[in-house]
Order: sequence, then structure tokens, then C-alpha cells
Amino acid sequence: MSTVAEGAPATAADVMRPDLYRIQRVRRETHDTFTVELRPDRGGARIAYRPGQFNMIYVFGAGEIPISISGDAGAAARLVHTTRAVGTVTNVMSRLKAGDLVGVRGPFGTPWPTELARGHDVVVVAGGIGLAPLRPVLYWVLAHRADYGRVVLLYGARTPQDILFRRELEQWRARFDLDVHVTVDRGSQAWRGSVGVVTSLIPKAPFDPRDAVAMMCGPEVMMRYTALELQRRGVPVGQIYVSMERNMKCAVGFCGHCQFGQYFVCRDGPVFPYDRVEDLINRWEI
Amino acid sequence: MKGLEELLVDHAFFRDLEPPHLTLLAGCASQVRVDEGEFLFREGEVARAFYLVRHGSVAIQSITPHEGMVTIQTLGEGDILGWSWLLPPYRWHFSARAIQPTVVVGLDAACVRGKCEQDPGFGYDIMRRFSQVMASRLEAMHLQLMNVYEHRG
Repeated sequence: MSTVAEGAPATAADVMRPDLYRIQRVRRETHDTFTVELRPDRGGARIAYRPGQFNMIYVFGAGEIPISISGDAGAAARLVHTTRAVGTVTNVMSRLKAGDLVGVRGPFGTPWPTELARGHDVVVVAGGIGLAPLRPVLYWVLAHRADYGRVVLLYGARTPQDILFRRELEQWRARFDLDVHVTVDRGSQAWRGSVGVVTSLIPKAPFDPRDAVAMMCGPEVMMRYTALELQRRGVPVGQIYVSMERNMKCAVGFCGHCQFGQYFVCRDGPVFPYDRVEDLINRWEI
Repeated sequence: MKGLEELLVDHAFFRDLEPPHLTLLAGCASQVRVDEGEFLFREGEVARAFYLVRHGSVAIQSITPHEGMVTIQTLGEGDILGWSWLLPPYRWHFSARAIQPTVVVGLDAACVRGKCEQDPGFGYDIMRRFSQVMASRLEAMHLQLMNVYEHRG
């Protein structure tokens, strides 16, 4: 990524070579999720990316993993990634500190339909860590607020302690031009908010279903039920978009690790129109 | 002040109810105010009514062996509360407690069941609406039981 244009890097050699990035900051979001802010080591090119794209992050001595970009595409001087410490690489990564180096390849993949959504209501439905790849959509829409209709964020987490970007959610909730609804699957004694699954927020959310573009990310089973509920509300299936997660390795459709039916998630996704993957998502053996 | 028929038709659950059915239902309705912390009903009690939430918020709760009282779901304005009144043995499966000052329309269960028996058209309409509520609650519980957020990386 020595020269950067919007979208994927240019040549096969370029795409497989990571560039060095230095960690500027590590922030613990919840007990098992964290955010890293990266800048190119020794200066380097500005990184251009679109909301929804991902990078391959090489953690030296541990391995390389795909992580969606959770930062503001309008402030692309730094890269922001949020992930959960669940495997070997992410566990090692969670222990890195400001000043440490990682390798970065990217950005890769298809973006959220922020252009297509202009002039329409925007419904963002996120579950758990699925809020991370959707946060850039909210930054984008809020930075171009006059171009969109009503904007609604519906977010579901397991417990109040698992709520991601809590401070930011509270700030967004205070705005007059954004509707934020948060629910948890399991409340606590101190929790005064909504309890229930994220799909339960859809029937009463303030948007025009015929004129809305919905973007969702979370566990596949959650997205399946969310798509059903959106359609029940009247959102045409062609206006629903989903971000898929698979075991991506090369990130450019060479290796086949992330094959999903006829698609390679790294190249044809991760963002798909829901009607393209609906049948695959509902198949257990894929 | 709005009459009971008006309150019923204002609520999303009965918005498109046919006028004769609305009149039947209004004969079983009353308005109820509940203070914060007060129970509308408790798990195991006889289900003598169901409720349309007009204002406020209600927590559906259950007692668990390790965590005590746990909130499973919260309901708010426009939601329907309770379906155990519809099927024998007419006992509440959960408790319902107001978590803020709440106003509901209560529908007397024996009264509504009696009218369902007398008027099969009305009975079918009520069953159809509550089947949807039960299916939604089952779907939600299915998702909660799967604990879907636990292992996503």
C-alpha cells in the first residue's frame, strides 16, 4: 500500500505485501473487545477507504487476520480497527501497546451502499461486535447529514457490559437528527434500558420502510431474523444489505478460503445485497 | 377523556379491528395505572387479564436459581402484554413489573374468552392476533437462547 487509491491495491505483488503501521493507541472497549489506532510507520501515504471495507492485519509472530475498519473514512490519516480477542492472533494483538508495529494490507472488499442510500431513510441494525464495521456508516451519514432522510441505529448486545462504543452511543442518542435504540438480551439490576433481542426494535423504529435502505451486521442467525423482521415491516429485500464474515486469507479472491457458495467474501463482499446471499445464509452446510 | 373503544382502536394491536368486535372487546376493558416497581402479575398466578401498554414500560421477569429475578424482555407503548390467559391452565409463565409509571388497558380474560366462545368470528380474530404475539415471543426467545453474540470474533 505504498501508493494508495480508493479500493484495493493495484498489483498481485502489492496486495500480498504488508506495509508497516505503528500503533498510536489501544483502547479497551469491553472485557473482550479492543480498538487500535494505527498510522503508517515513518510517514507514508494517506489511506483512502470506504465504510464497510476491511484490512488484513499482520501481528508479527502470531499471524494475519482480516479486521473491518471501524473508524471515520473522512479522517483517514489514521486507521481504526475494533475486534474481539477470541483467537491466537487477536489475543496476541490485544496485548500490543502504543508504539508497537503491525503489518497492514488493504483496504479490501465492497463498501456499504452509502451512495445508493442518499435521499432515503437509513436503518442500521447491529448485533454485538457487528457495530464495529457499521460505525463508519454512521460517521459518514452524520458528516453528510442533509443528504439522507431519517437515520436510525438499532443495536443489540448480550448484556449491558457488552455494549460497544458506549460513550459514542450516548452522544449519538443526544442528537436530534439520529434515533438510537439499544437493547440487551439479558439485563442487570442496574440496567434501566430495553431488554429483548434487536429484532424487537424494528416494528416501532421511526422510518419509512418503503423508502429505507437497511444495513446490518452481526451473527448470521441474528441477521437472518433481522432480515425477516425488516421485510415484515415492509422493507423490500433489495434494499437490505449485509456484511458477511468468513475466514479470509489472501483477501483478493486467490486462495478460496472464504468461498461462500459462488462468492468469495473477500472479493465479492464482505458487504452483499441481502437477496444475493439469502439462500446461502439459510443453508446450514455452507 | 377518551372512551375505551377509542383507547383500544388507538393501540397498534387492535387498530384494524372491526367495529362490532371493538364494541365486544370494550365491554371487557378497563384502564389501569401502575406505579413504578408494582407488579401487574406474578409468575404462577391465575392469568385473569391481558394488557395493552399505552404509556410507560413493563419488565417481563422470571426467577432463576442462580441469579434471582431476571428481566427477559421489556415492553413499552404499543406493546401487548400477556397471552397465558388464552390457554389452560391460565397461569402466568412470567411476572410483569412496571419499571416506570405505566398506563395500560386491561382486558378481563374470562369476559374475552366468553365472547370468543359466543362469536367464533371474533374468537378467530383474537386467536389470529395472539398467535402472532406468541410466534414473535417464541422467535425472540429462540434468539436469546442461542446466545448469538457470545462467540463472534
